Amino acid sequence: MAMNYNAKDEVDGGPPCAPGATAKNRRPDNTAFKQQRLPAWQPILTAGTVLPTFFIIGLIFIPIGIGIFVTSNNIREIEIDYTGTDPSSPCNKCLSPNVTPCICTINFTLEQSFEGNVFMYYGLSNFYQNHRRYVKSRDDSQLNGDSGALLNPSKECEPYRRNEDKPIAPCGAIANSMFNDTLELFLVGNESYPTPIPLKKKGIAWWTDKNVKFRNPPGDQSLEERFKGTTNPVNWVKPVYMLDSEPDNNGFINEDFIVWMRTAALPTFRKLYRLIERKSDLHPTLPAGRYYLNITYNYPVHSFDGRKRMILSTISWMGGKNPFLGIAYIAIGSISFLLGVVLLVINHKYRNSSNTADITI
Amino acid sequence: MKGYPWLSDLTHMSPSCRVSHGIAGTLLGEMALCAQKRPPEEERRARANDREYNEKFQYASNCIKTSKYNILTFLPVNLFEQFQEVANTYFLFLLILQLIPQVSSLSWFTTIVPLVLVLAITAVKDATDDYFRHKSDNQVNNRQSQVLINGSLQQEQWMNVCVGDIIKLENNQFVAADLLLLCSSEPHGLCYIETAELDGETNMKVRQAIPVTSELGDISRLAKFDGEVVCEPPNNKLDKFSGTLYWKESKFPLSNQNMLLRGCVLRNTEWCFGLVVFAGPDTKLMQNSGRTKFKRTSIDRLMNTLVLWIFGFLVCMGVILAIGNAIWEHEVGTRFQVYLPWDEAVNSAFFSGFLSFWSYIIILNTVVPISLYVSVEVIRLGHSYFINWDKKMFCAKKRTPAEARTTTLNEELGQVEYVFSDKTGTLTQNIMVFSKCSISGHSYGDVFDVLGHKAELGERPEPVDFSFNPLADKKFLFWDSTLLEAVKMGDPHTHEFFRLLSLCHTVMSEEKNEGELYYKAQSPDEGALVTAARNFGFVFRSRTPKTITVHEMGTAVTYQLLAILDFNNIRKRMSVIVRNPEGRIRLYCKGADTLLLDRLHPSTPELLSTTTDHLNLLGATAIEDKLQQGVPETIALLTLANIKIWVLTGDKQETAVNIGYSCKMLTDDMTEVFVVTGHTVLEVREELRKAREKMMDASHSVGNGFTCQERRSSAKLTSVLEAVAGEYALVINGHSLAHALEADMELEFLETACACKAVICCRVTPLQKAQVVELVKKHKKAVTLAIGDGANDVSMIKTAHIGVGISGQEGIQAVLASDYSFSQFKFLQRLLLVHGRWSYLRMCKFLCYFFYKNFAFTMVHFWFGFFCGFSAQTVYDQYFITLYNIVYTSLPVLAMGVFDQDVPEQRSMEYPKLYEPGQLNLLFNKRQFFICIARGIYTSVLMFFIPYGVFAEATRDDGTQLADYQSFAVTVATSLVIVVSVQIGLDTGYWTAINHFFIWGSLAVYFAILFAMHSNGLFDMFPNQFRFVGNAQNTLAQPTVWLTITLTTVVCIMPVVAFRFLKLSLKPDLSDTVRYTQLVRKKQKAQHRCLRRVGRTSSRRSGYAFSHQEGFGELIMSGKNMRLSSLALASFATRSSSNWIESLRRKKSDSASSPCSAADKPLKE
Repeated sequence: MAMNYNAKDEVDGGPPCAPGATAKNRRPDNTAFKQQRLPAWQPILTAGTVLPTFFIIGLIFIPIGIGIFVTSNNIREIEIDYTGTDPSSPCNKCLSPNVTPCICTINFTLEQSFEGNVFMYYGLSNFYQNHRRYVKSRDDSQLNGDSGALLNPSKECEPYRRNEDKPIAPCGAIANSMFNDTLELFLVGNESYPTPIPLKKKGIAWWTDKNVKFRNPPGDQSLEERFKGTTNPVNWVKPVYMLDSEPDNNGFINEDFIVWMRTAALPTFRKLYRLIERKSDLHPTLPAGRYYLNITYNYPVHSFDGRKRMILSTISWMGGKNPFLGIAYIAIGSISFLLGVVLLVINHKYRNSSNTADITI
Repeated sequence: MKGYPWLSDLTHMSPSCRVSHGIAGTLLGEMALCAQKRPPEEERRARANDREYNEKFQYASNCIKTSKYNILTFLPVNLFEQFQEVANTYFLFLLILQLIPQVSSLSWFTTIVPLVLVLAITAVKDATDDYFRHKSDNQVNNRQSQVLINGSLQQEQWMNVCVGDIIKLENNQFVAADLLLLCSSEPHGLCYIETAELDGETNMKVRQAIPVTSELGDISRLAKFDGEVVCEPPNNKLDKFSGTLYWKESKFPLSNQNMLLRGCVLRNTEWCFGLVVFAGPDTKLMQNSGRTKFKRTSIDRLMNTLVLWIFGFLVCMGVILAIGNAIWEHEVGTRFQVYLPWDEAVNSAFFSGFLSFWSYIIILNTVVPISLYVSVEVIRLGHSYFINWDKKMFCAKKRTPAEARTTTLNEELGQVEYVFSDKTGTLTQNIMVFSKCSISGHSYGDVFDVLGHKAELGERPEPVDFSFNPLADKKFLFWDSTLLEAVKMGDPHTHEFFRLLSLCHTVMSEEKNEGELYYKAQSPDEGALVTAARNFGFVFRSRTPKTITVHEMGTAVTYQLLAILDFNNIRKRMSVIVRNPEGRIRLYCKGADTLLLDRLHPSTPELLSTTTDHLNLLGATAIEDKLQQGVPETIALLTLANIKIWVLTGDKQETAVNIGYSCKMLTDDMTEVFVVTGHTVLEVREELRKAREKMMDASHSVGNGFTCQERRSSAKLTSVLEAVAGEYALVINGHSLAHALEADMELEFLETACACKAVICCRVTPLQKAQVVELVKKHKKAVTLAIGDGANDVSMIKTAHIGVGISGQEGIQAVLASDYSFSQFKFLQRLLLVHGRWSYLRMCKFLCYFFYKNFAFTMVHFWFGFFCGFSAQTVYDQYFITLYNIVYTSLPVLAMGVFDQDVPEQRSMEYPKLYEPGQLNLLFNKRQFFICIARGIYTSVLMFFIPYGVFAEATRDDGTQLADYQSFAVTVATSLVIVVSVQIGLDTGYWTAINHFFIWGSLAVYFAILFAMHSNGLFDMFPNQFRFVGNAQNTLAQPTVWLTITLTTVVCIMPVVAFRFLKLSLKPDLSDTVRYTQLVRKKQKAQHRCLRRVGRTSSRRSGYAFSHQEGFGELIMSGKNMRLSSLALASFATRSSSNWIESLRRKKSDSASSPCSAADKPLKE
């Protein structure tokens, strides 16, 4: 017979359960915890709690949904695809890589005026900014101004880590593929020649990105000096310190660059390009009328069936146009309410039949 | 601690768990080195007082080492052991995969953190265990013993004792090694030992030195002793030893009778000397310290299957996504290379797909997290503590709490269908009282009142006065004075009868003061018989190996003891051969009636007609063994819980049947009690067939509606088999059982037996007990529990799924072999109906939720795969993936797994039907598993597609893009944590403060860690590790994000609530109803309406419930159309008026018209 030998038993001079062998008090403590009598709340799904919950959810969700829906519908938004795949499109000529620089113009009309601040976006489709290899292909130390990482970027940046024996700044596939079309907007007014719409390029990135996450390499010298020893990404024409003329929007803290570097979650996305600030309360920011969009077409997307769009949109407390959320809230609210009714009916029916059952039993 | 248990080898899971208390200290300086590893011995030679001679054999020293590690070897050895676990190796494999840059889809720390955590916890536990083993080893090794060295006694530590040394033992000392007894302080070289440590028997045993050495009384002679022992090599047989002593050119045979084994304690002997034959690891005690077989629960096995399936599923998903990746890379990826070139190593879409398979294996592995196994162990440990702590299972009289000796079986306690119980000591108290005897045809012991009528219990006259006998035991009571008169008259039959009782036994006597005798008996019935003889004037006074001294009616008579044939379970009798002072040699034999009757002289009734080959009958004894308290109630309750109880006993049939009646297993209500006593295969088969036929006939007649209305309605509700099962019982004899257990009949037997409500097997051997359990275990696929208290129950306890030991009168062998132990049979109802039921419920709820939460968590990656080019990009931040299972969602579900209760404990006793879901395995089975998985996948779909729908084209309230990857990740993660927290809230049925703390705490910790991880400070230190800087505050400030989270939560939870509510109102479980009743009762406490209805329903229902062996629960279940509230009222009404158990008890005692008192009367001759 196999036994569990335990030298401790031998030491203690007795097996654990030898009757009367131990003098110490082995009575278990009479505490609520040990006796599993802790005071507890024991909820139960009763008609009294479940049905009201469903009704309340319905009653809350439907108004919210309607609110969101109405707000969303009040938002003005216009989207212009300028990829140029359609032969009739003015930008069609730009699909050929030979035409450089290629500038195309697209006319459009705003039926209604856009009031308040108007936001200008570029949208890309079929562009996989969320691909694993793409997402990791950056060096945040370098972008944060770390001088070590500036000259010796992370391996994650491969194959855009070094070019011609010089470290690339900013390194990696994300930076390399930065969107570089230039979009300009003109109002074709009653006057003979069109008015350019002022586009503000600052204030389009998160404050934390601009001030914490992205920093230029430290130093008092000129930006060019501070980036000395590095080279620009392969696809870039200009080096990073020449992205903008203003020093607080140049280098790594260029906001167009920052916006691009905040990679999109989905292959179809829009990114904020410019702000059109409202001028006064009396005049709409973008009055109804004819406009044209001037595009310096640099960014090739045709090769992988990508699409490019320009979007103008106003905004509300909940952001831009978002029909999904409103409809979803209305739908779920209604379903919840309906479920409540159905459950109530079932509940009621059973109460009746069971009452009679109770009597006959 | 954990493991992928489809590999059967889980040796490091310790089957029993001892609570270790923290003691500060180090392992330093404990590197006692014990000799190890020698070639196997053929025979052993040891010469006394000759260390040089003995050294050349290199026998093991007396140093024992139960510890596994020392301070240097701990880390490598422990890690090596841990990585023999498939689980750990698997995670190591994942870790290595993650180090391959092309494959790595997750940072290495997402795997290493949980892995290191698990390894560390296990290592700490192992280290603590080993520390205590070191400590106890040290303590044992450093004990002092007196060794005879160079002619003088010297103090030596145990570990320095060598084979061949002669050591001196004193009274109450532990024996240091296996010794050959040389001489002792007692005459004839006798000494007494207690072997409780070794075999659990607490009585004393005698050992005797061989005559030649017993003379060596003093040290100088012992020092010159140079005998050589040649004996068998070390083995684990405790009761066998064979060897030879060579001394002075003579040979002396040695047997176990001459040996003192390590672990024994010397008693009643001033001193003795012994020659060390086996030391340290070679001793029989250490040779026996094997591991007990590791038992597994059915949930364990199910879990293994499911985990395997999940792995299959994981591979399938990996393959699907890998194919997707190959197609995507081929169609899109090649052209997207302008912006994202392929890795250098990747030259084809196919190879890219291959790599992405491994990448997906890495990120999807969280469907089976390493924490599952750790959590399961923690929960079981918690349940074990609750069993140990239960004061309602504490026996105040014996000061014994219940003990869960195995921590891995708890939930199986909630699924038991068959209970196999021993009788003596388990159902009865095993306190034997001599109550009747029959001598030469005259029966003594019946109590008569003054008028000569048989007196009933409780109106007994004064007990017999034994004052004539100064040596009488005051506690012995007997009521029939005619027996004493017969003795005093000098009736020779009566004298011979008591002489037998005073001679034929193995009791040891101890006389502390003159006339104060204490008997130490191997079994309580033996003690009872010797005590009876003592009081009737035949006082067993003392014994030596060769003599027995008895005071017969005041005069001391010494008998020469020629032989003892001791009792065992197979012979079932014992005999002594003695020579009385007159020189006549007699054989006295006592034993089981069936066996002795065969050996009696054919002319038995004519007593004392002597022949040579047959025995003569002197008389018969009746010993009463009272039922333990609460046994009938417990059996009734367990029967109502649909647990079938089989009694397996070594007693004779009549006794067993009587006990069956008195503990209400058998009732007069039963249609028939089948008794199978056939001696041949054919007879047994025929008897079984007849029994089955009768049952079938009866059930048909019921089905055809020939019986009363009530029967019919109840028959309709239950299946045919259950209708059959209602009213029958089977009693089978040991010799019939032997036939019934043969391969060609075992199924027939099983079928018949299982159709019966109660089964009693009598006259069974320990082996047969195990066979019966094995039979049920093998063919019924039901969980079996064996409960017993004696050594003869050990095999059954080990065979059954769950073994329960009663720590009672017969030593602790059963307890040592058991998984659970307590001291009263009645605690079984609490162990099963309360602890077992809760454990099962909690474990099932835990598993359901655990699989749910991990599928919900992991499958989001799968859906995201379709939108990220199947690139194995994770949806969440890597820290979230690391912490999800070990921090954000672990504690609430653990708290539920440890503390949850559906109904209060007293309700599980009142409604035994609540136990049924466990037996039918309803709460966690493959179907439930698929439901959990489906819910998890449903949640994951919503978790991905709702944010997808909202975010696709959305912008923030400051105009910037909303759908950036990081914001998306935070939104999905936050809604996931909220959804699974709400879900655990719904699943938790018993919100203690701890549950509140863990659930709210987990949510709080999630947000705290989220903000910390996204803080500027961490980013400034490690920009590449904390890329999500500023994300939490930017994202969670958006109303849209919160609207999305709310929407997701509601959509995920709403169907669950609706479904549960529907089920509750249309098809409530009994536990739901009981719970609801509780609620209603609480609300209506003050209102005393419907009092009139109360009285009427209660009496009728409880009667009904009893007569069909169904609880009130059956009634509830049957009324499927009843709604909760009315039910609640009805049951409220029923139960408030009378205690259910009370009425049951009343009914039981009425129905069993007491042909037997609550007593067990085995007849011994």
